[in-house]
Amino acid sequence: MTKIFIPRDTTSCALGADRVAQVIQRTIEENQLALQVIRNGSRGLYWLEPMIEVETEQGRIAYGPITMDEVDDFIAAECWIKNESHPLYLGLTEEIAFLKNQQRISFARVGIIEPTSVDDYCQQGGFVGLKNALAMKPAEIVSCVIRSGLRGRGGAAFPTGIKWQTVLDAVAEQKIIVCNADEGDSGTYSDRMLMESDPFSLIEGMVIAGIAVGATVGYIYLREEYPLAHEVLGKAIETANERGYLGSNIAGSDTGFTIELRLGAGAYICGEETAMLESLEGKRGEVRPKPPLPAIKGLFGQPTVINNVISLATVPVILANGADAYESYGAGRSRGTLPFQLAGNIKYAGLVELAFGSTLRSLLVDFGGGTRSGRPMRAVQVGGPLGAYLPESQWDVPLDYEAFIEIDAMLGHGGVVAFDDTVDMSEQARFSMEFCSIESCGKCTPCRIGSVRAVEVIDKICSGDSPEQNLRLLTELCDTMVDASLCAMGGMTPFPVRSALQHFFEDFASSSEP
Amino acid sequence: MSTVASFQADSAEVVKAIVKALGDEPGALLPILHAVQNEFAYVPTEALPLIADGLNLSRAEVHGVFSFYHYFRSSPPGRHSIQICRAESCQAMGSRVLEAHAKQSLKIDFNQTTADGELTLLPVYCLGNCACSPSVRIGNDIYGNVDPEKFDALVSGLSTRRIEVK
Repeated sequence: MTKIFIPRDTTSCALGADRVAQVIQRTIEENQLALQVIRNGSRGLYWLEPMIEVETEQGRIAYGPITMDEVDDFIAAECWIKNESHPLYLGLTEEIAFLKNQQRISFARVGIIEPTSVDDYCQQGGFVGLKNALAMKPAEIVSCVIRSGLRGRGGAAFPTGIKWQTVLDAVAEQKIIVCNADEGDSGTYSDRMLMESDPFSLIEGMVIAGIAVGATVGYIYLREEYPLAHEVLGKAIETANERGYLGSNIAGSDTGFTIELRLGAGAYICGEETAMLESLEGKRGEVRPKPPLPAIKGLFGQPTVINNVISLATVPVILANGADAYESYGAGRSRGTLPFQLAGNIKYAGLVELAFGSTLRSLLVDFGGGTRSGRPMRAVQVGGPLGAYLPESQWDVPLDYEAFIEIDAMLGHGGVVAFDDTVDMSEQARFSMEFCSIESCGKCTPCRIGSVRAVEVIDKICSGDSPEQNLRLLTELCDTMVDASLCAMGGMTPFPVRSALQHFFEDFASSSEP
Repeated sequence: MSTVASFQADSAEVVKAIVKALGDEPGALLPILHAVQNEFAYVPTEALPLIADGLNLSRAEVHGVFSFYHYFRSSPPGRHSIQICRAESCQAMGSRVLEAHAKQSLKIDFNQTTADGELTLLPVYCLGNCACSPSVRIGNDIYGNVDPEKFDALVSGLSTRRIEVK
């Protein structure tokens, strides 16, 4: 039986993978071909999706994109037998430059395994970290995560191990692990990919976190906008329970851990950790003042570890290969790798996991291949809707957390959204504030009212209504929001606005001129 | 998903059964609201006091939570809900044009339903499909590279399907 791999993640399905798989499956049945279709996750080479892989003795070979328009030809050419002359033949998957030039650690299994197969997962090194953790003392696990240098991949980049240490040191009857899977930033999809393509790594990471801090209960707060991730994760949790990787006596030990999967309801602010806790408690998703830190008083008042999907899913490989192996990647205080996500107007959109220290230009040009429209690239927003818009003069800044903070930008969750020269940056600045006004939880005034006023003021500037005076007002408003907001929503929305004003000011003035 | 035009006597029993089944979970309100909306396609106003009673909360508290979240609806949607992503990655690929086209061709604004009760148009902020923006979601299906032409094809596909059902 030759294996044919047809991805099943949101984006490959959005590009037709499900229908292509149905056609191929039907062909196999009708002709009784010795082929087995495996629905893997996506490798993240999205401009090639649906990308079909075939197992050969040399490794997997790929064809793509095999859309519905191409599938008949794919079948007629019997591409499951290596067909190098086929126009969509891509060669060995692992040799495709976009993939070969990455350092895939968190995403090592993504696109390779069948997502909910425990056997596939174990064959690719799964549950080795858990077995190691079960033989370690909690403090040793925490120390290992601290030494790895892993920092919160959700965007805030707080050292994961330090957070765990705080919860380990807290005294309570019940401690809780919460996975923040409310990946709301535009231009980001690494959490989604991981949950759809390698869900057991997240489950394993949560179990290890539980062992490390003494928690037996975990929650995953998943956004409603991810229906496929919900399905896959739900099935993975069920399978993990059946196979003894969740529940009582995990992997034959006397340790227990359960995971409950909860759905959000379309509120961006619930990606903020304290708003998420409120939401999990069945309340309005309003931000809590800190302190107390969630690590001391979190969900239902208990000491709580809150980590992003990628942070948790990276823990197993750290426990499997050791802290030093992970720490050896990276630059400065940013250790390990970050799965960057190329999005927006970019020719080769997809997931690029790289060690920290490369440059944005390398991502945009070497990997991304420039804009999809073919026009000059003008601005790039990094780190989601609260991240700055960067002009070309800033594309050589190294991709590490501290270097980005120095230029009033942030790497955040690693989303990279490219815009060509048709973009109107005053519209983008206005949208940042509009988005904040729609999504603000309303708890603090600078965010709730400041964002509404800022939209009005930007409109005045663009329509030539006392532009200098209103520009001063906008600057002051941004300062107030940055200094006085309760959380990053109000506190960072001014970053894209300020960067638009600083680097693309001509867009604000143009509409006011006769 | 079934669409129920009015809240009937047996609807109350359905809500009560949901509250009974989920009410003992810690932080049960969101799962309950999800279950109610899954059942009715919206959260009927009449359901809120029943949920409040079951959870020993005030009606104001339940209303406050229900109204906080964009996803929960207080009125029945059309037979199909179409979400158009408004976020930055889609903007970079022409979602503003798509959004204007959708509103104009369906003759409705966001959060409105066409006169024949077929389609409800909704904004959404990111479907995580940013590698092939602009993105649209219909039911649990997500579509990429949606330009006005593809949007029209998707919409006409929905009405074709309805005729087939008849």
